[in-house]
Amino acid sequence: MSLDALQALPQSPGVWASAWKRLKGNRVGIISLVITLLFIGLVILAQLGLVAKDWQTEKGTAFAPPHFIGKIVDGSQTAVVEGAQGTAVDISDIDPLAPRYKEWAERAAQFKTSAMEKSDTLPFGADQLGRDIVSKVIKGAQVSITVGLISALFATIIGTVLGALGGYFGGKVGDVLEWVYNVFTSIPYILLMFSVAAVLKSGPLAKMFNGGVWTVIIILSVVGWTGIYRLVRAEYIKHRSREYVRAAEAIGASHTSRMFTHILPNISHVVLVQLSLHVVSFIKAEVILSFLGLGVPLDMVSWGTMLTEAQAELVQGKWWQLVAATAMMATFVTAFALLTDALRDALDPKLR
Amino acid sequence: MFSYILRRVLQMIPTLAGVVLLIFFLFKWFGGDPADIMVGLNATKAQVASIRTQLGLDRPVWEQLWIFVQQIFTFNWGKSWATNEAISEIFATRLPVTLTIMIPILLLQVTLSIIAGMAVAYVRGSLLDRTVMLISTVALSISLLVYIVVGQYVFAFLLGWFPVQGWSDSLWKNLTTYAPLPVLLVVLVSLAPETRLYRSFFLDEIGHDYVRTARAKGVAENTILFKHVLRNAMIPILTNVATLLPGVFIGSFLIEAFFSIPGLGREVVTAVNRSDYPVIQAATVYLAALTMVINLATDVMYKFVDPRVVLK
Repeated sequence: MSLDALQALPQSPGVWASAWKRLKGNRVGIISLVITLLFIGLVILAQLGLVAKDWQTEKGTAFAPPHFIGKIVDGSQTAVVEGAQGTAVDISDIDPLAPRYKEWAERAAQFKTSAMEKSDTLPFGADQLGRDIVSKVIKGAQVSITVGLISALFATIIGTVLGALGGYFGGKVGDVLEWVYNVFTSIPYILLMFSVAAVLKSGPLAKMFNGGVWTVIIILSVVGWTGIYRLVRAEYIKHRSREYVRAAEAIGASHTSRMFTHILPNISHVVLVQLSLHVVSFIKAEVILSFLGLGVPLDMVSWGTMLTEAQAELVQGKWWQLVAATAMMATFVTAFALLTDALRDALDPKLR
Repeated sequence: MFSYILRRVLQMIPTLAGVVLLIFFLFKWFGGDPADIMVGLNATKAQVASIRTQLGLDRPVWEQLWIFVQQIFTFNWGKSWATNEAISEIFATRLPVTLTIMIPILLLQVTLSIIAGMAVAYVRGSLLDRTVMLISTVALSISLLVYIVVGQYVFAFLLGWFPVQGWSDSLWKNLTTYAPLPVLLVVLVSLAPETRLYRSFFLDEIGHDYVRTARAKGVAENTILFKHVLRNAMIPILTNVATLLPGVFIGSFLIEAFFSIPGLGREVVTAVNRSDYPVIQAATVYLAALTMVINLATDVMYKFVDPRVVLK
């Protein structure tokens, strides 16, 4: 074959290029991708402290309603005490503290206190402490999405590495890993989470994480890797004796190189889809964990803690925090779930 | 059949041993010193030492593991670290409460989703079918917590149809007064995803040749669905019910915590918050064993549901 003929061969597009082409043709996929990217952008801005940095300042009065409702006038009035009868008696001559009043007044004047103007309404209302719901829900998005992404990433790494080892080597290694998998899956998911949570709460590791978000991330990723392991293992069993892997062996590629530079790219679509499926389920799990008191700490805010607070607020008719957190979470989760579906279709057209 | 069950039971042993080892070493290595947790900050050295002897913490690890295994098989877990109530007593009093809530949930959930799944499968491809599928996708994206918060507010607080929360000692009063709202909420929320699942089970069967044959010889559509398709879809349905069954015994944590129902689920959550390790350990080990037994029972049931299944 001459060199010219070689160059004339049509260039076949790569896996990712053709997947992107298919994704572009999917209108729902593109819309959900845009929404997801907007949320990710918001998370990054919040992480950098550019938005919602002052979510803890008490900008409004307690439970200040949203702008479009206007100030709530409930008709009740502050009790006014009728002016005391009689004239005030001048007791300065017998008041033992009287000589020092002037001195104290001077000292007090040295400190500047600025009374913060608390507004009666905020763009989307305020919570019990008068914190702005809009900044709170953005900060909550940052925490919830970060927790979901990082724990899904960890779970995927654990699942992929163990699945690769088990599927590629099989034999004794595979048997041991299968045993570990059986042990983990025979314990009901939520009970395993609670065991890990209990240990992280009062064990020696508690001081290391100090009840922060890392506790949630560890609980979710230690418990959530099993499904990914199972799928990745099956893929490795399928791929390990394929010709391209044998060819790699023939040219002297090591086990590690065959596992991670040859096979892994070929199954990366499976891993990517699993990763995004787990992000959604971990964000939802965080809400439940936070409600049960095992989630993010009190000085932080996540969609889970907001929904937990909303329980008591709703009875008093303060619905805005519940609506804000639910709407944000539903939008992100729906967009992300649809994006996952679109990704699966784009990456694996043989499915369906 | 007998040899199959025997073999499966023998296969369970290593897995169960793994669960015991996992739970034991998880709490042993990462759980901290139980004596410290139990006595608090102002304990004398003698108090700590006495607790350590009581719990066997001064013995070698292997002996402690042996004590743990003995506890599992004798059901004698000693007393709760937080309340001093016997662990066996906790299980005996909390489990019936959980079952009062969870058995109606399971029965309603399975019946309603089979009916709904069949109805949706019957009108597959139509606008109604697509609407139901779209609603269940969106409905799934909202947290269960929101449904419970809003459900309690609307049905109990605003409309006053049910008590907001509570529990009594009489089973009948619980079933008729306190259980309906939590049961209703859980069933309603799970209906969307379950319907979608059952729809796919039925759709898999509807495409088969025997359905076409039955139609060709003039069998009524209802008979086809309820006699032929339902019978053939029993295996995936059974598998799905089997995955729900272990949850019946541990209860819905969220529901029990939210409605202050004194069941096993709430007990375990409280135990986590109080670092009451024996309660968590006992619940985890027994539930894992139960899950394995349920899985085996399901596999044996396959044979009865579908005689073509060969157990080997």
